[in-house]
Amino acid sequence: MKLPISWLKDYVDISGLEVIDLARILTSAGLEIDDIRFAGLPLPSRDDHGFKVSGIAWDREKLVVAEIYEVNPHPNADRLTLCDLFDGKDRHIVLTGAPNLYPYKGIGKLEKPIKVAYAKEGSTIYDGHADGLVLTTLKRAKIRGVDSYSMVCSEKELGISEEHEGVIFLDDDAVAGTPLVDYMGDAVLEVSILPNHARNTNILGLAREVAALTGRELKKPNLDAGLMSALGGQPVTDLVKIEIANPELNPRFTLALIRDVKIQPSPYWVQRRLRLIGMRPISNIVDATNYTMFEIGEPLHAFDYDVLVGRDSISPRITVDATNYAMFEIGEPLHAFDYDVLVGRDSISPHITISTRTATPGEKLTTLDGVERTLTETNVLVCDSAGPLSIAGIMGGAESEVTDKTTNILLEAAAWNFINIRRTANQHSLPSEASYRFSRGVHPALAIDGLKRCLSWMAQWSGGTIAPGIVDNYPLPPKEPTIEIRESDIRRALGIEIPLEQVKGMLERLEFKCDIQPVDNSILDDSNTQISNIEYLAVNPPPIRLDIGTGIVGVADVMEEIARVYGYDNIPETRMADPLPPQRGNISLEREERVRDILASLGLQEIITHRMTAPEIENRLLPSNNESSNIRNSIIEYVKLANYITPEKRVMRRSVLASVLNVVEKNARIAETMQVFEVGSVYIPVGGDLPLEPRRLSIAMTGKRYESAWDSKLGVKFDFYDLKGLVEGLMDALHLSVTYAPAEHPSFHPGKCAAVLLGDKPLGVFGELHPLVAENYDFVSPVLAADFDLEAILPLMPAIGHPVRPVSEFPPVLEDIAIIVDENLPADRAEALIRQTGGKMLESVRLFDVFRSEQIGAGKKSLAYALVYRSYDGTLTDKDAAGIRTRIIKRLEMEIGAKLRS
Amino acid sequence: MLEKLNEIEKESLASLAAIEDESALETWRVANIGRSSPVMSVFSQMGSLSKEERPLVGQRANQVKVALEKAFAEKQEAVKQAALARSLATEKLDVTLPGRPVRRGRLHPATQNLRRILDILAEMGFQVYTARDVESDEYNFQLLNIPPHHPAREMQDTFYIDTGETDESRKQVLRTHTSPGQIRAMREFSAANPHNPPPIRIALPGMVYRFEQITARSEVQFNQVEGLVVGENITFGDLKGTLSDFVRRMFGQNAKTRFRASYFPFTEPSAEMDVECFVCGGKGCGICKNSGWLEILGCGMVHPDVLQNGGYDPKRYTGFAFGMGPERQLLLRHKITDIRYFWGNDMRFLEQF
Repeated sequence: MKLPISWLKDYVDISGLEVIDLARILTSAGLEIDDIRFAGLPLPSRDDHGFKVSGIAWDREKLVVAEIYEVNPHPNADRLTLCDLFDGKDRHIVLTGAPNLYPYKGIGKLEKPIKVAYAKEGSTIYDGHADGLVLTTLKRAKIRGVDSYSMVCSEKELGISEEHEGVIFLDDDAVAGTPLVDYMGDAVLEVSILPNHARNTNILGLAREVAALTGRELKKPNLDAGLMSALGGQPVTDLVKIEIANPELNPRFTLALIRDVKIQPSPYWVQRRLRLIGMRPISNIVDATNYTMFEIGEPLHAFDYDVLVGRDSISPRITVDATNYAMFEIGEPLHAFDYDVLVGRDSISPHITISTRTATPGEKLTTLDGVERTLTETNVLVCDSAGPLSIAGIMGGAESEVTDKTTNILLEAAAWNFINIRRTANQHSLPSEASYRFSRGVHPALAIDGLKRCLSWMAQWSGGTIAPGIVDNYPLPPKEPTIEIRESDIRRALGIEIPLEQVKGMLERLEFKCDIQPVDNSILDDSNTQISNIEYLAVNPPPIRLDIGTGIVGVADVMEEIARVYGYDNIPETRMADPLPPQRGNISLEREERVRDILASLGLQEIITHRMTAPEIENRLLPSNNESSNIRNSIIEYVKLANYITPEKRVMRRSVLASVLNVVEKNARIAETMQVFEVGSVYIPVGGDLPLEPRRLSIAMTGKRYESAWDSKLGVKFDFYDLKGLVEGLMDALHLSVTYAPAEHPSFHPGKCAAVLLGDKPLGVFGELHPLVAENYDFVSPVLAADFDLEAILPLMPAIGHPVRPVSEFPPVLEDIAIIVDENLPADRAEALIRQTGGKMLESVRLFDVFRSEQIGAGKKSLAYALVYRSYDGTLTDKDAAGIRTRIIKRLEMEIGAKLRS
Repeated sequence: MLEKLNEIEKESLASLAAIEDESALETWRVANIGRSSPVMSVFSQMGSLSKEERPLVGQRANQVKVALEKAFAEKQEAVKQAALARSLATEKLDVTLPGRPVRRGRLHPATQNLRRILDILAEMGFQVYTARDVESDEYNFQLLNIPPHHPAREMQDTFYIDTGETDESRKQVLRTHTSPGQIRAMREFSAANPHNPPPIRIALPGMVYRFEQITARSEVQFNQVEGLVVGENITFGDLKGTLSDFVRRMFGQNAKTRFRASYFPFTEPSAEMDVECFVCGGKGCGICKNSGWLEILGCGMVHPDVLQNGGYDPKRYTGFAFGMGPERQLLLRHKITDIRYFWGNDMRFLEQF
């Protein structure tokens, strides 16, 4: 919503307030000012005010009102004229090319001087011929042999609008020599209107806020003033009637009639204000409806009355009430009407019936913009007997539009269901100034105000005669809540003490009706004697507001008004006195975060990816030539988006691993080495219920095991055991005693894939990507990856703490043994046997070499272990250690046929 | 014999004097004071000496041995010092050569910042409550006072889930804010004790989703942290005090706040909180668009309807709620100009945190 300062001044005196002050006051009260465009008024002197500012100021001396006495042809140029003009002090000959001065060229001295905006030599204005806004300073020059140093301005040159078709013709009240800034200097504030500020989508509403927030008087326009002098002719109530089919959708509909209007351009000040507010002036009649809408907030619609009369005459004259049809249906006896009696009745009854109803599906209407619209059953139409005239509250129909030839105007002001208007406007992509207001909720009381104001503007600008009366059908007035406010309510909600008398004053400035009343003692609890002398404020919202609720909601709504006027900044800050609630913690999240910390401590980079993806992106996890991707397609159900921004993001992901691999691919040529992980949800649909959102952990690593440095050029790449070491590190830090087993998984190399198990419970899988999966990506090096079920892992983490072993004070006995075993023997089998047999005395076992050679024999391998024996009770002797060692070797020989390597 | 000993001493000391390095010193030690050195062999020959000679020779031999050993020890120390001096003089590194790189693991900047926020809130007594991403229309909108076609829905462009569901309440959406968690938390707590529900002080973090094009300035998903306080004596003054405390912890003890009226369907009164620009200290700069203030969070007193929907009697309880965007704070703090960096996961971006 644009707010021109000059227009605001009509309703509230803002003297002493700078434009910037005003912007600040409105912003803190919830009417945020996005930017300010100056069109004449002085720009702020400092630039740390925090608002986006544009536009120009008009120099008081150099830009003044002038009057043109005579328009003469240029001796050397057909398209130029020379204006003989008076600027209040001196006469000048001013050269112009303005087309709207041509008609006056060479006709001699004008009967009535033309008032114009005059820029003297040296003034700074916008270049009217440049694209966009380019400042220029007027300098003396010769144009086709004639001296030129000043000019008559267009709106573009003054920064009022883009208009540059001709120069401005000011209204008659402009006095030559008056500084232009005094006559029409302006600044336009762009106000963001919050959804609950429907009342402020107009200048009067914003003036009311300014008045309330600054403690000034609101000067409301007298709506009846312009009406009485222009009344005449047959009352509209004799000619038109209104039928409303659905009051829920159309709580009020009113009509008025004005005759013998002369369609012509509006006065200049009206045109200027409309342009400043972003509306193109059309004609006095259309402008009057728009002007009134911006002024007081009621959108209006003007019909060409004679078109309606014409439509009516060719349609069936007699309408039989729907209740009569109902009679037939329920089996009432048939009834014979005397047709001529009906025609007679009709001729004395209103000739035009305006009705509102929902459209029948498929019904069509061509709107003002020339587009034929196909309507649905939720769209509300304004109709006459011949059919639809307009889409209610949104846009008029082309047929009944006001044209240059219109003389009689039927003027509509109505109230509509804001939700329905919103739906219809969205459905037809028809945002309009009317629907902008109606879709936020316009109070039905405004309809009459709107009609009156608009009629008086029309009469004033078009010379029409207003038909007496208003046709008013008001089946569903809104509830008028009375809200009771006590000082204790204010203390409870805002934490401040304000006397009711002061609250009353604050609310009355916003036009609430307020009445301080004593509490009825008889209904009070006897035990609570304290309360007996407490008063309350009975508050009624003004008939411009639909946003104030009833009961406790109404109290909250009024609290916001009190807080806004009191000033949010004036409410003191306090610390909560309420007791601290039960401290529950969030174990599941704490554990999830622990996993993140461990992985980061192991050197991994956390990533966070988009959770929207596409099935074909996730299918890259499967070998490309494999049928399994088709199978996956048919098996995996996705949570699908009904609306999506791009097909690549049309479902919610089922795999975090796919997300992680996408990132590795993206970075493949950026980072030579990557170790990344993501913790996050996947989404599994569950019939019509909300989907499951289990968390998963995926890891990927690729690149070099060691960073190369200037003196070490090791190029060893990560392999399975690097990832395994990392997985072991994670499991160790989580204190989970897991085992590893060969696993099969379509994404992984069949020989380089392991499952992580806790007992029988699978926690995850990891390995080297299957070469055919790697082919689906643009990877540079082999990629190792892991995928874990966090929902399985997190509950297994020890709740209290894992048991800690004591540390022995005694020296160890160190010993290495090497055994030769079958190539196929899993190494963890040997280690498990060593540990079991070694018992308590065997402190640690570390595999330090795996060796194969001809000497050992084909199909065999040597495993070398470093053993540490140590006792908690005393120093072990070599003999003690030898005993354990012998048992270990025996056990290995017996169970896995191992041979000690000498 | 005594003369021989004198000679041994003289020769040995002479040869020792010439020695400069450790290996020669060791050779000297073996030759001159080792087991088979001349002086030691004197001891082994003692048996062949006369009774009179024996004590004299023995004493002298011992003197020579001790003298040689002492000289050796001195020489050894001298050689060591000389070697150290040499090595200190020659072993000089170019300390400006880069060190060998160590890989550092990192949390994503969004996680780091989210944690910082939640840690501060935790110290203020806010427990973390997590809720789901895919929500029903009922929880995401209706129970928060946003009925179908309400103008406030336009404040949040919504992703809908394709479920074929026509019942408005059961339609599914990607949550557009973390606020549905307010209802879930209130209902969970009040269900346990419907007549006397406990007070609430929770933080609700999580990813939220908006149906927008992905550009430098807008994203389809971003984190939000919401706070909810419900109790019997919670006021707007408490809201201001609590949030100003939070801001001082988050942005420094000198951080100033300002509250402006605003609108959210689920709070009344509603406010926007601005923080004095921490880049320029309120003087005005490019980050705060010369205003000296940064919009940091939205807040307000919990709407009575929302309390009611959560099972808390609005006649007895009041509360406040607030919501902020952690990534927005990062953008401001680090002067990041493109919001797409966050989920783009370019290592060159992530490695800067």
